[in-house]
Amino acid sequence: MEETLEKVLANYRNNEGNIITILQDVEETFGYIPEEAVNWFSKKLDIPASRFFGIATFYAQFHLKPKGKNVVTVCRGTACHVKGSEKLLNRLHIELDIPPGEDTSDDLRFTVEKVNCVGACGIAPVVILNKDVHGKMTLDKLMKDMKRLRTDE
Amino acid sequence: MNNSDIQIKVCTGTGGIAAGGEEVLSSFKRILSIANIEASFQKKCSTHKVGCRGFCAKDLLVDVIVDGAKTTYQYVKPDMVERIVFEHIVHGIPVTEWQVDEDFHTFHGKQTKVVLSKCGEIDPEDIDAYITLGGYEAARKALTLMSPEEIVEVVKSSNLRGRGGAGFPTGLKWDLGLKIKSDIKYVICNGDEGDPGAFMDRSVMEGDPHSVIEGMIICAKATRSHHGYIYVRAEYPLAVKRLQLAIDKCYEKNFLGKNIFGSGFDFDLKIFKGAGAFVCGEATALMRSIEGKRGMPTPKLWRSAEKGLWDKPTVLNNVETFANIPRILLKGADWFRDLGTERSGGTKVFALTGKVKNAGLIEVPLGMTLRKIIYDIGGGIEGDGKFKAVQTGGPSGGCIPAEMLDIEVDYENLAEVGSMMGSGGMVVLDATDCMVNTARFFLEFSQAESCGKCTPCRVGTKRLLEILERVTSGKGKEADIELLEELSHFIRTMSLCGLGMAAPNPVFSTIKYFRDEYEAHIRDKRCPAAVCRDLITYSILEEACTGCGACKRVCPVDAIRGTRKMPHRIDPIVCVKCGTCFDVCKFKTIMKS
Amino acid sequence: MVTLTIDGQKITIRKRSTVLDAIKRLDIPIPTLCHHPELTPFGGCRLCIVEIKGSSRPITACTTFVRDDMEVITSSPQLEKLRKTTIELLLSDHPNDCMICERAGDCKLQELAYFYGIKENRFSGERRVYKNRDGNPFVERDMEKCILCGQCVRICDEIQGVGAIDFAYRGFRTKICPPYDKDLNCEFCGQCVAVCPTGALTGKMWALKGRQELNEVDTICPYCGCGCNLTLVVRRNEVIRVTSKTDTINEGWLCLKGSFAYGFIHSPERLTKPLIRVTTKEHSAFSVQQANPTLPSFDPSVSPLAKGGTEGGWGGDSKLQTPNSELFRETSWDEALDFIAKRLKEIKEKYGSDSIGGLSSARCTNEENYLFQKFMRAVIGTNNVDHCARY
Repeated sequence: MEETLEKVLANYRNNEGNIITILQDVEETFGYIPEEAVNWFSKKLDIPASRFFGIATFYAQFHLKPKGKNVVTVCRGTACHVKGSEKLLNRLHIELDIPPGEDTSDDLRFTVEKVNCVGACGIAPVVILNKDVHGKMTLDKLMKDMKRLRTDE
Repeated sequence: MNNSDIQIKVCTGTGGIAAGGEEVLSSFKRILSIANIEASFQKKCSTHKVGCRGFCAKDLLVDVIVDGAKTTYQYVKPDMVERIVFEHIVHGIPVTEWQVDEDFHTFHGKQTKVVLSKCGEIDPEDIDAYITLGGYEAARKALTLMSPEEIVEVVKSSNLRGRGGAGFPTGLKWDLGLKIKSDIKYVICNGDEGDPGAFMDRSVMEGDPHSVIEGMIICAKATRSHHGYIYVRAEYPLAVKRLQLAIDKCYEKNFLGKNIFGSGFDFDLKIFKGAGAFVCGEATALMRSIEGKRGMPTPKLWRSAEKGLWDKPTVLNNVETFANIPRILLKGADWFRDLGTERSGGTKVFALTGKVKNAGLIEVPLGMTLRKIIYDIGGGIEGDGKFKAVQTGGPSGGCIPAEMLDIEVDYENLAEVGSMMGSGGMVVLDATDCMVNTARFFLEFSQAESCGKCTPCRVGTKRLLEILERVTSGKGKEADIELLEELSHFIRTMSLCGLGMAAPNPVFSTIKYFRDEYEAHIRDKRCPAAVCRDLITYSILEEACTGCGACKRVCPVDAIRGTRKMPHRIDPIVCVKCGTCFDVCKFKTIMKS
Repeated sequence: MVTLTIDGQKITIRKRSTVLDAIKRLDIPIPTLCHHPELTPFGGCRLCIVEIKGSSRPITACTTFVRDDMEVITSSPQLEKLRKTTIELLLSDHPNDCMICERAGDCKLQELAYFYGIKENRFSGERRVYKNRDGNPFVERDMEKCILCGQCVRICDEIQGVGAIDFAYRGFRTKICPPYDKDLNCEFCGQCVAVCPTGALTGKMWALKGRQELNEVDTICPYCGCGCNLTLVVRRNEVIRVTSKTDTINEGWLCLKGSFAYGFIHSPERLTKPLIRVTTKEHSAFSVQQANPTLPSFDPSVSPLAKGGTEGGWGGDSKLQTPNSELFRETSWDEALDFIAKRLKEIKEKYGSDSIGGLSSARCTNEENYLFQKFMRAVIGTNNVDHCARY
């Protein structure tokens, strides 16, 4: 892990980054923000760890626990809401057995997230499956996609 | 037929890509090369990626331009490309059945494209395409021929007002920025478009990034700043990519960096990626975010123009505001001012969504009426239903009922009726939308995005939301409307920043114009629009049910009983009112009441 | 200098002052929760709102600079109603267990609720609930009582320069906590506890020691050379808490020792009578030990405060190696002083003045140390005098 962190640190130093850019790189690399990483940077930069934690918990992009193998993001923007994205979200929670308030299934295969408007309102409702943006999503299509992702492993 | 010049433009905005833009583009490239078009038919063909045109409902849109004559195809799929190439490109006969309908032309015909004029026309990754259409002329003029004071004068007289929502006169802001003396000053572009239902800025950043950069260069000269940031929200990875590419090309051509155009003026521009917080759209929170802190708005002891980013003078403007600047400088302040109303010059980009036939991005002169926008351009209500209200300004705005459809859209008029321009979101609602639920939806968003610093917003919006949730679940109490009004007034008066101040707006306006819906929810425990889950029941019309079992199959809680070909029944106790059965029933035998 | 009018009173004040500075200068009462004169303005509690002529809505006095000819009103029916609603909202997300709260009677939130007559609350709803208790030895953190004024965060960051705690999470879920919401693990200076306006942060040692019948005794901290001013809070002859006044040389700031290391005062292990060692060369500790193997072993190389395999842990539970009656016997001051004088004289006569050395302590006062070295030099006649802090 230390090697990776050194790379992130070098990037930060060369590009006038800040704590947010460091955490973005860490999130990109590990999929979440490990406590060891925070403590390592805290020591290296002489910045209190509490500040890292405060930032990691403020911004929605950062996760404190590892995400599932597949990340399904449902847009909850106005247009998508009006076109029924809430139903899609609720159905996902039921299908993947994720209790309300949590976002990852117990077997760590799926993480279901909400996002507050992806900005693709013309093709609402929008669901992002592992970084691919899918528009005009229906319940039918979504269930088929879930099936595909499940069997893809 | 011979020696023709043919251009093929494929939409590759986020929406376009989602609809298969990349596959269609590569399809065209492949088939064109197989057909050997240039050699065999002397037709010069070029394929181009273009940005979002705005009519995303018809995605994927493809323009085929033969010697200047444009034909637009809609709903294009990779398997349609072959026919288009052979019939239209080779033989010159457009495939009429795949062309866009009349509504496409009305949609675009009634608009006035200024900011969006290049979106959908040029390849956003090609700086030369931008230059060919006059790009960076304005910046060159500003840097080599004009003084900062002259630039500020032009912007002032154009009547351009901040497009981010507040509508502060841009010229005035730049003037203040110019007057403050400091060795280090900043220009920031607010690309943290967080309003749900708004994608104007995204389209501009993805489709015409250079217009934003050029606007910032001009602002830098006008305020004597040498450092700039574009703050792009995390949820727009394509915008980040296109902007970064554009910035890199600018540095290559020395449109950024030292001694731009040989004028002796330096300007450095960087992108800062947001990390997922709506509140960072607020100016002070955005600056704290760039400084690497939690995005908690800071008290405005100083104006940002005096002490902003790292306590240095900072001028912060919205994406659309900057995108207007180059054209203002080239075509003149008078042209821009005359496009709009007396108080606000120019056009505004709106994201027209909701229950409207033609949903998408539109750009109209300020002063156009809501009726024209929704009916002429938007094509009226989906399914020819009845208009109920339009929500403008996103979660910070308010709803406007049918009686006010003829108001001319501008900052003051919208504010007067209890809404606001906001960033430009326009959501059309019809009879199947519950106004109380709509207010609850927007408040839920604002509450979730509250930074938590000040008591009125942190606790106030939570309590406000709880009251609304009570009302929409049938547990509303008689005094709740008054409590909602008082608490809304409190939150608006006492909050530290714009998020809190504007959060109660949907509640205010829905109570003002749709008080009867609130009363129905509270007194009769009834939702007139049949939307609020706890107040509706789903039942199957036995006479009409064919017993196909489609609903039974999809019910997540097994609430439907019935045997094949026999009428089915929904058990009201088990039913969680998710509405899935209602959606799948082909025979429309499921009723909501 | 700027001149403005507040509640009809004119005041001239330095240019970079805030309106709140001016209000306080005029000694006009105004409620605040997140304000601290030594910290940067926060503007979060919204209680210090004032009406300014020409401004469409009330603004917070703590985050507004004074301007010439400003006309400020600090209290009006509308302002008071807004303040009352603010308190109501805070209380709606609060345990409201003043009956058993350590700060009852000394809590700013409680006092404001009293002045605003908040008997019933119109706002009830979800309340933050935190089940886990912080296991650190000194600071009790009941974050359900926290009103997020941020004073603790700012003091830890701006005054102490440590940053052990910070705001975390967002919106209604905001919580002030150490990284990863773990137990507090810092230098425990006690500054955060001192500034907390509610019962969210209290000293663990204060628990159930009493909230009434308190006396205050001002004194100086006995620990190091800084000489911080302490105020001992005494109840029925027991020191139950230590605070420090702000108009002192240490401005009210203390360290771990000043804040929490007062347990020795009433420790049952504290010596109250002089003791004379019984053993002589013939009766060394070793030989006594040999004769009585059941005695706890006395190892002179080990510090008397060592945990030594007992329950140990924080809070002074470690067993001191109490001298047992076999090694020492209690005596009177007269007898003890006579004994010391006699033996010193004998040693001085037999071996000379310089065979005697004196070690004093930083915990003695300057005056005591002056006397001690005078004693060594003038009475004993040697310059062999030193001080525990030097090595």
